[in-house]
Amino acid sequence: MSSLIDYRTCPTTGLKVDRAAEKLIKANAVAAIVFLAIGGLFGLLVALTRWPAVHFLPADMFYLALTAHGLDVLLVWIIFFEMALLYFASAILLNSRLAGPKWAWTGFGLMLVGALITNVAVLQGKSSVMFTSYVPMMAEPPFYVGIILFAVGALIGCCVFFGTLVLAKREKTYEGSIPLVTFGALTAAIIAVFTLASGAIILIPTLLWSLGLVSHIDPLVYKTIWWAMGHSSQQINVSAHVAVWYAIAAMVFGAKPLSEKISRMAFLMYILFLQLASAHHLLVEPGMSSEWKIFNTSYAMYLAVLGSMIHGMSVPGAIEVAQRSRGLTKGMFEWLRKAPWGNPAFAGMFMSLVFFGFLGGISGVVMGTEQINLIMHNTLYVPGHFHATVVAGTTLAFMAITYILVPLIFRRELMMKKLAMWQPYVFGIGVAGISVFMMGAGTLGVSRRHWDMTFADAILPFDYPSAAFLMMGLNGIFAVMAAVGGLMYVVIVVGSVFFGKKLTDDEKPSYPEVPPESAAVSHYGSSESLKIPGTAFLVGIFFTAFVLYYFVNWKYLSEIWPLS
Amino acid sequence: MAMTPPSERIWWRQPIARIELIWIIIAFTWGLIMFFMMIYWHGAGAQNLSNEAYQIKPQVFAKHAQDMIDEYQVREESGFPVVHPPPGSDVYLIARLWQWWPILEFEKDQSYRLHLSSMDWQHGFSLQPVNINVQVHPGYDMVVTVKPDRAGEFGVVCNEFCGIGHHMMVGKIYVVE
Ligand code: HEM
Ligand SMILES: [Cu+2]
Ligand SMILES: [Cu+2]
Repeated sequence: MSSLIDYRTCPTTGLKVDRAAEKLIKANAVAAIVFLAIGGLFGLLVALTRWPAVHFLPADMFYLALTAHGLDVLLVWIIFFEMALLYFASAILLNSRLAGPKWAWTGFGLMLVGALITNVAVLQGKSSVMFTSYVPMMAEPPFYVGIILFAVGALIGCCVFFGTLVLAKREKTYEGSIPLVTFGALTAAIIAVFTLASGAIILIPTLLWSLGLVSHIDPLVYKTIWWAMGHSSQQINVSAHVAVWYAIAAMVFGAKPLSEKISRMAFLMYILFLQLASAHHLLVEPGMSSEWKIFNTSYAMYLAVLGSMIHGMSVPGAIEVAQRSRGLTKGMFEWLRKAPWGNPAFAGMFMSLVFFGFLGGISGVVMGTEQINLIMHNTLYVPGHFHATVVAGTTLAFMAITYILVPLIFRRELMMKKLAMWQPYVFGIGVAGISVFMMGAGTLGVSRRHWDMTFADAILPFDYPSAAFLMMGLNGIFAVMAAVGGLMYVVIVVGSVFFGKKLTDDEKPSYPEVPPESAAVSHYGSSESLKIPGTAFLVGIFFTAFVLYYFVNWKYLSEIWPLS
Repeated sequence: MAMTPPSERIWWRQPIARIELIWIIIAFTWGLIMFFMMIYWHGAGAQNLSNEAYQIKPQVFAKHAQDMIDEYQVREESGFPVVHPPPGSDVYLIARLWQWWPILEFEKDQSYRLHLSSMDWQHGFSLQPVNINVQVHPGYDMVVTVKPDRAGEFGVVCNEFCGIGHHMMVGKIYVVE
């Protein structure tokens, strides 16, 4: 059978590459980037509207654009890109053929059709219900149909991934255990199955309801199951982007995880401890007991958070070890100072790590604390938080790995290298800015999903403090920067993919630099003598910031009206 | 490398570096502290939700609110009744497209059992500038006992998207000495 498969051998890594898998990776990545461009444009329009001095769109268009933005980036961009990563982490890294490429294409087709249907439904203007589509607010039936088709397509993609793992094992295409990156992807895929099933459980009845076949859907039940999908899918993103961090550390530095055991356990924690975390979206809803909330936010959250904190040391630690073994041993930070900051794959990955931890991680845990949620729920603090996780974290990491995938998978030299060098900084700093300023505005009480913070058309007046307006102005400026960064990415990648210099099958790309030989790295020090002072210092700063910020928010909470 | 199968085949037998172990212990302990902090606040803190809630038909809730308005209305403002209920009583605030009805007037340092429910879609009760935010559902009556600790005029912003009039949905609460 395998003799019928069309393979080439990668001149950089020596891996056998199944051309069918390669085509699927390309198709999914291209679809992802197209929707990132569309969704990013909507994001810019939304941010310009929320900039009080600009106030760009009229109200109806604002709510439409916000719905489209949430769907196209959070759902479509990320999941298409994750499909590409799943095929890469299975077929390519395991040196195997892809199981059922026909199925994979079917999944791809369903996802594409679904995304288009939902987009058209939203653009027609009668489905501006936000991507969460909380009942009893109703969208047109095609809105739900599109999402369901998209989810089914993604589910098929996950099955192809599992199939490929089984196939590779059976055909003995690799020795020993699967690589850590593949393990991370496996975590993501397992969570995805749970997620997509929850999505089907809630969206199919909702579709029937919008068709008039079901008379009532309880809003609280909807929300609980919807977030079983909505939140767990964020854990897919985390697993996937952490796998990308490890992959980039390996490809740029030849870095080896500090401990396979610990890193794998940390991935496993994502599966074991996240599924009930929809609780932290329901902290101020009627009818949920405090016991339920505390249990499901902490059991189900802090151990998953622990997983991320472990990766937060393991990934930079692995890089530090690799760099030190190459002689960059001066002081605490020579290894970091002399890291390849001009390589967009590394720069993007490292910023993703820092912003995800410091901005997204800390704010998420604080906001997910039962009582503290009272001062943040549905304010702009929430989008501030998740732009740090899913944009500065996931999106930036995905952008970073694209710079490696273009030469390796698309077989094209990267074009506009100067621009590529700057891209992660422009995008990363822009997104960090919007995260921080939205969180700032949220702390001052500004509502999310809101067209007019001056309340000009309200019968009863209310004024936010002027500092809130300043925050939204700054948010607008950084949003423009983020949008420019996003555009740079799209231009570089689309340009290279279609017009970059073609590489022949046995030609090594000149860029990004090929990973250095990793033999020395694998045996640097024994675990007892492992020295990562720089990483330990950074982790110390992170931890201090975490503790301080956590208690500052309890202090804020203690200043509001007593409630019981 | 993380992209290749582990170089030590029996990777699960490899010892763990001290520094990683220390970090795991610190991080785990911190998780426990955060867990107990929530429980501690239920005893020692003054800001907790009672989680008292009932299923209720919108018409029934509206009737409770109307009874309260009929009994305790003190004046009118921009077409909204202003209600000054006695301290300790049950107070009803209706959320509907797109208003918070009626305007409430509380006395400082007195508690009230504030009932929140929606007549239609979900809304978000966002008391500003205090910054208390809770979700309001149709069909559920959520009871929050509030004890305003400073006098003044407060805005009630809707912070759950509720359609095209969402940004016009502002209510008011007065707290008097
Ligand atoms: C150019 C880059 C981007 C800019 C300027 C931007 C800006 C914004 C702004 C201003 C909001 C609205 C906040 C509100 O009014 O509630 C928003 C919402 C949102 N953004 Fe972005 N964003 C960008 C990229 C992304 C990306 C890449 C993702 C996902 C991967 C993302 C996910 C979301 C989601 C899920 C929402 C919430 C929508 C809702 O409330 O229904 N954004 N964004
Ligand atoms: Cu409302
Ligand atoms: Cu609203």
